[in-house]
Amino acid sequence: MTDKHITRRRFLLGGALGAGAAALGGCDLKRTDDAFGGVLRSAESLTLGAQRRLQGKHTLAREYTEADISPHFRVNGTSMPDSPIYADLLGKRFVDWRLQVDGLVARPMAFSLAALKLMPARTQITRHDCVEGWSAIGKWTGVPLAEILRATGLLPAARYAVFHCADELETTLDGSGRYYESIDLVDAFHPQTILAYGMNGKDLGVGHGAPLRLRVERQLGYKQAKYLMRIQLVDSLKDLWGGNGGYWEDRGYEWYAGI
Amino acid sequence: MKAEKNIVLVRRHSLVTRLTHWINAACLGVLLLSGLQIFNAWPNLYWGQYGADGDHAFLSIGALRGNGAPRGVLRLGDAAIPTTGVLGVSKLGGDTVERAFPAWLTLPSFQDLAEGRRWHFFFAWCFVANGAAYLLYHLFSGHLWRDLVPTRRELAPAHLWHEIVAHARLRFPQGEQARHYNVLQKLSYLGVVALLLPLMVLTGLTMSPGMNAVAPFLLDLFGGRQSARAIHFITASLVVLFVLVHLAMVLLSGVWNNLRSMITGRYAIRESDIHHD
Repeated sequence: MTDKHITRRRFLLGGALGAGAAALGGCDLKRTDDAFGGVLRSAESLTLGAQRRLQGKHTLAREYTEADISPHFRVNGTSMPDSPIYADLLGKRFVDWRLQVDGLVARPMAFSLAALKLMPARTQITRHDCVEGWSAIGKWTGVPLAEILRATGLLPAARYAVFHCADELETTLDGSGRYYESIDLVDAFHPQTILAYGMNGKDLGVGHGAPLRLRVERQLGYKQAKYLMRIQLVDSLKDLWGGNGGYWEDRGYEWYAGI
Repeated sequence: MKAEKNIVLVRRHSLVTRLTHWINAACLGVLLLSGLQIFNAWPNLYWGQYGADGDHAFLSIGALRGNGAPRGVLRLGDAAIPTTGVLGVSKLGGDTVERAFPAWLTLPSFQDLAEGRRWHFFFAWCFVANGAAYLLYHLFSGHLWRDLVPTRRELAPAHLWHEIVAHARLRFPQGEQARHYNVLQKLSYLGVVALLLPLMVLTGLTMSPGMNAVAPFLLDLFGGRQSARAIHFITASLVVLFVLVHLAMVLLSGVWNNLRSMITGRYAIRESDIHHD
């Protein structure tokens, strides 16, 4: 340990930088085809496996007190979905809005906002951690996703819940810029995984995803899909948009956002 | 003249020490550069559980857009330090870009948080596996206790002061004394392997919402997720400081001998003339 030397270290750092640039050049064109990119990506399943093993199914995320709530909760991503359909729903205070639940369920159903509010509710004060690095604490009220899935029932093949949203983060011809997210059944049935219609004691505002957003508290902010329109139960994420299970996942981010 | 004959090669570093040392150096290099890429996505540090725009950041790196070209600025508390060219505003491929750390300090060079995270977490796993191998082997081999923990005599203020003065005058131990680490080496190596590097891992894990559910006490230990993020950054800066001093010492105290010992394990010392006369 006493000893080492500068040219060797420089060489290692330089090599790492060079390899990084090379890997990225490839990744920019087609991330998944890059062999070295694949090696780097293997860390995600290691992290998922390790965290799931340590967590067990129902370990809870930290819940805070009213005094801990952020004075100002940052609005991130879409602040107002740019679509005539959403404008119409918002104009009528979401009375015509329905949450469709379909795919690999026993009984496809549509829930109105009023119906969701009549179901058992959970309120939790939790921390929202953006992948960028900032955090904000808020109080969320909503119906546990488990309640919805018990109402519809699941077919045996169902493995993931996919959340389709009203907002488009990137305007594209094929619609691939529409926001969507997915979680597996471990998180779907976690007691803190709720579909929130209330925030800090009021109805969920447009900036934070009105009328309904997902809270999946053991993962980062981009999993907390806003402006929910439809929940689809699937056996694989391959056939949806980019095939990686989410808007940001299709743009290189990890599907498992536990770190 | 006759000293030429008295140079002997001693076994200095075990194979495990040498191997884990170089793997660690490579991991830390990638972790630092990809860490700065991640930092660039939100170049503000806060103290406490939360922190976003509207909350008070004790450190932030940004760009001022007034008349003319944008200027880089590092804000630390109430102070605003101009840093154009390096922090806040720098060059990327001939263009002036607004980014906290410059392209030559981040991995990848251009702004790509997703890719920076992939690098960071893959090498974090390598770093942890390598560090665990190092600690386990050296706990059981006795290296940690025998070679890194200072003796009571070495920690006496007079001895410490003597070593500090000798280092400042660039007089390094010779002969028999060079067979072992001196007390300043012991303290700095022990500080890095037993304090700074474990702190990097723990503050890193405290930023993980998944790990918060497993080990909520980490949030209390570091005073919140944003505090942990700040400590992660400060500790990384201390590791960089260690590496700079470490490299300087390697260069000043006989670069080829030091390098050979960290690659082959053999270190040359000049045996004292007394033994031979």
